Amino acid sequence: MRFFADSLIETWPLFEGWPPWLVYGLVMFAFGALLLFGFVSLFAGIVTVVERRIAARMQFRVGPNRVGIQGCLQWLADGIKNFTKEDLTPAGASKLLYLFSPYLVFTGLFLAFVALPFGQALVISDLNVGIFYILAVTSFVTVGLVLAGWASNNKWSLLGGIRSAAQIVSYEIPIGLSVLTVVLMAGTLSTQGIIERQGWAPWDWFVFANPFAFIAFFIFFTSTLAEGNRVPFDLPEAESELVAGYNVEYSGMRFVFFFFAEYANLFVMGAMTSLLFFGGWNSPFNWTIDLFGLFPAPLEISGTLVFMAKALGFVVVIIWLRWTLPRLRVDQLMVVCWQYLTPIAFVCMLGTAFWMIGTHRWDALDYVKYPIFLLGVFLVLAMAARAVRNIRRVGDPVDLNPFQ
Amino acid sequence: MPEEFAISGPDNMLLNMGPQHPSTHGVIRFVLDTDGEVVTKATPVVGYLHRGIEKIATEMTYAQFMPITDRLDYVASMCGNLAWCEAVERMAGIEIPRRAQFLRVIATELNRISSHLVAVGSFCNDVGGVTPLVVALREREAINDLLEMLSGARLTYNYMRLGGVSRDMTDQFKRQTLEFLDHFPPALDEFNRLITGNKIFVERLANIAVVTPEDAKAYGLNGPNLRGSGIEFDLRRNEPYAVYPELDFKVCTGEGFRGQLGDAYDRYMVRINEMYESIKIVRQCLEMVPDGEIKGKVPRVLKVPAGERYTRTESARGEMGIYIVSNGGKTPYRVRVRTSSYSALSIFEKLSRGLMIADLVVVIGSFDIVAPEIDR
Amino acid sequence: MTPEEIYRHTLEKIPAETLGELAADAAQPWVTVAPDQLIEVLTVLRDDPALDFDCLDCLTATDFLDDGQIEMVYHLWSYTHEHLFVVKVRVGRDDPAVPSVSELWPAAEWYEREEYDMFGVRFTGHPNLTRLFLPDEWEGYPMRLDWKEKETALGIPTTRPDPLVPKKDGETGGAADA
Repeated sequence: MRFFADSLIETWPLFEGWPPWLVYGLVMFAFGALLLFGFVSLFAGIVTVVERRIAARMQFRVGPNRVGIQGCLQWLADGIKNFTKEDLTPAGASKLLYLFSPYLVFTGLFLAFVALPFGQALVISDLNVGIFYILAVTSFVTVGLVLAGWASNNKWSLLGGIRSAAQIVSYEIPIGLSVLTVVLMAGTLSTQGIIERQGWAPWDWFVFANPFAFIAFFIFFTSTLAEGNRVPFDLPEAESELVAGYNVEYSGMRFVFFFFAEYANLFVMGAMTSLLFFGGWNSPFNWTIDLFGLFPAPLEISGTLVFMAKALGFVVVIIWLRWTLPRLRVDQLMVVCWQYLTPIAFVCMLGTAFWMIGTHRWDALDYVKYPIFLLGVFLVLAMAARAVRNIRRVGDPVDLNPFQ
Repeated sequence: MPEEFAISGPDNMLLNMGPQHPSTHGVIRFVLDTDGEVVTKATPVVGYLHRGIEKIATEMTYAQFMPITDRLDYVASMCGNLAWCEAVERMAGIEIPRRAQFLRVIATELNRISSHLVAVGSFCNDVGGVTPLVVALREREAINDLLEMLSGARLTYNYMRLGGVSRDMTDQFKRQTLEFLDHFPPALDEFNRLITGNKIFVERLANIAVVTPEDAKAYGLNGPNLRGSGIEFDLRRNEPYAVYPELDFKVCTGEGFRGQLGDAYDRYMVRINEMYESIKIVRQCLEMVPDGEIKGKVPRVLKVPAGERYTRTESARGEMGIYIVSNGGKTPYRVRVRTSSYSALSIFEKLSRGLMIADLVVVIGSFDIVAPEIDR
Repeated sequence: MTPEEIYRHTLEKIPAETLGELAADAAQPWVTVAPDQLIEVLTVLRDDPALDFDCLDCLTATDFLDDGQIEMVYHLWSYTHEHLFVVKVRVGRDDPAVPSVSELWPAAEWYEREEYDMFGVRFTGHPNLTRLFLPDEWEGYPMRLDWKEKETALGIPTTRPDPLVPKKDGETGGAADA
């Protein structure tokens, strides 16, 4: 942001005598607003349509295809429908808490976008405790969910809220430990710093850097699914048991806030995974655009596109998992977290620490990333081959055209 | 509040898994007395779907009652038809042509497959995996088309008549059924690959709601629920009727596939295996079906001779027993329908102590409880 | 074992006055016992190893208005020997009371609740004899043959005006109001 602010002060005579901190503040604010309204809202809306289309194609159906071309405006229709619904407050609900908790959830989630770097120069604020800040701020969501569960005056939503609190708080530990693994390798908590330590090539990404980081990636991905209340950890909103759990009493725009926060969280999950383990905005290309002569230097966008592609790829994987796996029971969830993920994450962190010491001593350890990269490629290809073999066995007609 | 719903303990919570709930498979209400997530007592409250079928039967003639038997268990209505036909025909001594017998068995077995698909699919939906439900319903659509060709309806078929069946099968039906029989086992394999071996699914089902063989017999469980506890008893094999004596099929029992013998996973696997066996039965029937009449000689208004009889057939959910008391008139004097979901729900309270709320849906789904069978 | 053999075997344990005669000419022969000897007879039938009736298959109540009696029919089934037997009990219609067999077969709990609900037969010794299908406040026993439908049930009228009859002036009902 400094880049923009400085070049703004240089090029535009309007900002001549202004104090720099004011300009920085305005630029950050403007970029944040642009991000929220221009990207996050659109994303949260469009990903609902994309999820429904992906789910439908996985289930031999078509999905929403009426509103707009191929159903791309379905989210607008849903938004308008929710907007025009009656804003009910259940009798006996704690009114202030009930009305307030959607805003908490929404705020907590959006604050995480502040430290997400969309490009070398495109981050609202390059905090030097970036990752720590993101983990801290997403805990607002927990408070909001528990409040929603309690304030609804409904035992089922109370159960959902409590389950959610237990789940999110427990899974903070494996997430924190696997993030620490990456931080050890990068040497900094700042998100830009972590990305800059990785290269554009796949074998330069942190996920393949050492075997402990490879395992830490899987732990991180599983825990981040739990943080976002996605299947197989979606017990707080288990549709078939609790009928939408903590948000069962909400309707209209308040429900949209919860819904929106969950889907925007998808992007945060994908973005975190890609920046921590998969290289972020590092790209081999160097495409820039000239911002209509507004700024002295052109803006590099190849990094942004690469980052988006990686984050959206993980979002697709998360959607894929949702429609394949059943859900875990709450005590099994806790067992997975405390008896499996946490010890393994500890081992990964310690192992990475020792590995870092070892790379100082033996240069050969640096070259382990190539075999691990080949292992990763092999796993992906094996899974694809198995899928092809299964489809051939059944003889299902395969239709790869997403636009039916 | 009635006394039976009082909570036992100062920290307990009284929850209502109400008549409207996505996983109770119909309108059944459970009043749960829970200590956090662990259920201390779960009381089923039934009667929301009580239609007074036994009372209606005393005012209708034997032939008029046939569409009502569809609704005894609307997911497997051919089985209800067959139960009534068997009961009345044995009492009245009516002869049924061979072709009609084979058509009845074909229709019943196809309906058994589609009922098991609904049971297994909605069970997986309750546990969390939505895609298996859609896959199961996709396969069921093929059966719906076949049975629509036979009877004209998609859910409550009203296909059989006293003395035979109502419509004959066409060549197109035979062709399409053979295609379906070739297509279905690999599709069921795909379904199994999707969900049956999934570790999360196994963890949700194994060792939950274990029913010992003695309990199963004492509580009157039937069908897949009984066979899931290891008891090899199938009315089609042990008390055969229609053309089942001539058919070759295996009786599937639970063996403790992934946990204890008699747990939810065993009952689930019994249903999956039974679908493979039903395919075999339909294939044999299609080969063996002779030409001939499809309706036997039945007087216009049938009067069953005075007496009483209890006749049992194997419906998709277990045994459907019909006890008819006749005083020689046009309408029966007393009809009593004994269904297997009723007994399964009577063991529910005993099994649900100590389970978590998330396990209750597993218990309901593994016993394949449907509301119309309970309330009649 | 055939029903005759079962009857003869049971006569070794239970005297003939208690057990009664076997109605052997029916398709499924039965014995009729007195209500207070029911538990004794059924216990023998369940526990004797040669008979081993481990399953109560069906419990039915039939209302005989002309005789003024209600008949309870117990269909017993044995999984080990695969034979069926029928035991019947007759009680008066005015205050029918039959001992409960839920101690012998837990399946009977719900069967007896249903028959209480529908016929009004009281089962002494039942752990929880409350109505099953009908609401607890319901009065009357619908399956009895002299049951007449009442005008209202729980405050709701049980009939409605015929929707096919056109409504007269000033009256409600009729197709236009639907």
